[in-house]
Amino acid sequence: MVTIAEPISKKASRYRFFLERRAVLGSILVAPAILYVLLLVGVPFLLAVYYSVSAYTIYDPSWRFVGLANFKQIVRDPVFLETLGNTFLFTFGSQLLGLILGKFGALLLLRPFPGRKIVRALIILPWAVPIALATVAWEWMFDSLYSVINWTMIALGIITRSEAPNWLGNPHLAMLCVIVVNAWRFFPFAIVIFLAGITSIPQDVIDAATVDGAGFWRRNYQIILPMIFPIVAVGLIFGIVFTFTDLSIVFLLTNGGPVNATSVLGFKGFQVGIVSGDVSHGAAISLFMLPVLFLVVIGMLRFIRRREI
Amino acid sequence: MRSTIAKIGKETAFYAAIAFFVILTTFPFYWMLITSLKSNPDLYNVSNIPFWFNEAPTFEHFRYLFEQTLFSRWLLNSLIIGICVVVITLVAAVPAGYSLARMTGRGGEGLGISIFLTYLVPPTLLFLPLSRIIAELGLQNSMWSLVLVYPTFTIPFCTWLLMGFFKAMPVEIEEAAIVDGCSLFGAFIRMVIPLSLPAILTVVIFTFTLTLQEFIYALTFISSASQKPVTLGVATDLIRGDIFFWGEIMAGALIASIPVAIAYNLFLDRFISGITGGAVK
Repeated sequence: MVTIAEPISKKASRYRFFLERRAVLGSILVAPAILYVLLLVGVPFLLAVYYSVSAYTIYDPSWRFVGLANFKQIVRDPVFLETLGNTFLFTFGSQLLGLILGKFGALLLLRPFPGRKIVRALIILPWAVPIALATVAWEWMFDSLYSVINWTMIALGIITRSEAPNWLGNPHLAMLCVIVVNAWRFFPFAIVIFLAGITSIPQDVIDAATVDGAGFWRRNYQIILPMIFPIVAVGLIFGIVFTFTDLSIVFLLTNGGPVNATSVLGFKGFQVGIVSGDVSHGAAISLFMLPVLFLVVIGMLRFIRRREI
Repeated sequence: MRSTIAKIGKETAFYAAIAFFVILTTFPFYWMLITSLKSNPDLYNVSNIPFWFNEAPTFEHFRYLFEQTLFSRWLLNSLIIGICVVVITLVAAVPAGYSLARMTGRGGEGLGISIFLTYLVPPTLLFLPLSRIIAELGLQNSMWSLVLVYPTFTIPFCTWLLMGFFKAMPVEIEEAAIVDGCSLFGAFIRMVIPLSLPAILTVVIFTFTLTLQEFIYALTFISSASQKPVTLGVATDLIRGDIFFWGEIMAGALIASIPVAIAYNLFLDRFISGITGGAVK
């Protein structure tokens, strides 16, 4: 370790001195990430806002300001109102189903049993695998003629072939299908979040509660749930954001149909803005997501700082 | 005796519940596998039992997929996109995560949280302006548009992940290096980066899987078949008119799913601690 004693030959350049200061170096290191995000998230976001109050289409890229005319036209459209309703139904239906399945699954996986690691690895699959690929598998399972679900029900004698439902062709069933597929995709995530939360609670807290006479339900709802709430909230926020703004499941499974029955905001924005090229109306439709996203961001800021366990 | 029976009943219920969950999560993948290996006459016959082979299994769908479709091209596209996005993400996120972790006071944390929040800005809000920007840059219908756009969500996510990691790394390591004559930047390059290789590996894996999972931007920006990444190609391009090539689609979906599934399972715990903002210690 001779080098320790050796003085470093400092080049007395101003540049070097500059780099030596923590604050300056810190700003230089963080700058590329911030620039990238500003240019390709911040600028497009402002553009989206501007498109929504302009008359911009891909055929006529005019920047003419039209005020709130686009929004007024959109909210008068009954199909849009249906889409808005569908989006909430889709989001809350699938999150609720996903949370219930997730809580139940987490309780099961909490107990050690042989093969738990493998079971956990298998249960995580729906969330890990690209959702577009899993969705085409579901599309095949919901096929109008070769549906394995219908085949099983017929084989079990629950229905006859003539009664076999056309899962994606019936408006109510199609909505159920997109909700189920989305819940199926998210509940493994919920399991993992619940597990992470529960295992992070110190065992002595639970022991102390048990000694004090708290039973299973009391421990569950008055100690564990409040303690893991911040983590679960962050997980739920992710679920809500990615469901509320998603279009892949709807696009692949039902293409918004039958007759707009499963059209959601993201899908509608895509149809109008990209497929039809009516950028300004598409942007206005997408911006209807903002209030929900805004609430979500506030929630996130509250919970992300409140990590006590 | 009665308690033994009760216990057995309880155990049975427990394992039945486990089995229910495993079947629920894995059946669609089993369905991919069995469909991809069945011959077409077997596949399209409603009187056959669908859960198993009624005729000899065949690799015909896999052969067709690789020889008659652009599938191998899509795999290559995904690989190129993934590698480029990983490089861009590392170059931006490693220094940013380090810098934010070492920033003192609320400023650093606030900046970190705001970068992370951009991960929540959804593609469906940005795809319209981004598609115009990409058209202006002449990148429409090219996979390079995805190389440009994917870092908008991988950089925030990975910066956040790395920030948590660097916070856990003792500042004394750098201070010792500085005492030994390193510059501040030298300490970062020579001490911090080598010590954080496990975290960097996690970031590499997650960036790659995030690019494979992405669907919305790919769908929006790319319509010519030869430029599609594998997820988009399999989901949208193996259909001729109204005819779905189910055997080929399922074979392709299976092949593209396997690496992501493995990567996720290996790095799941780090991912969770990243996503819950280091809430789990």
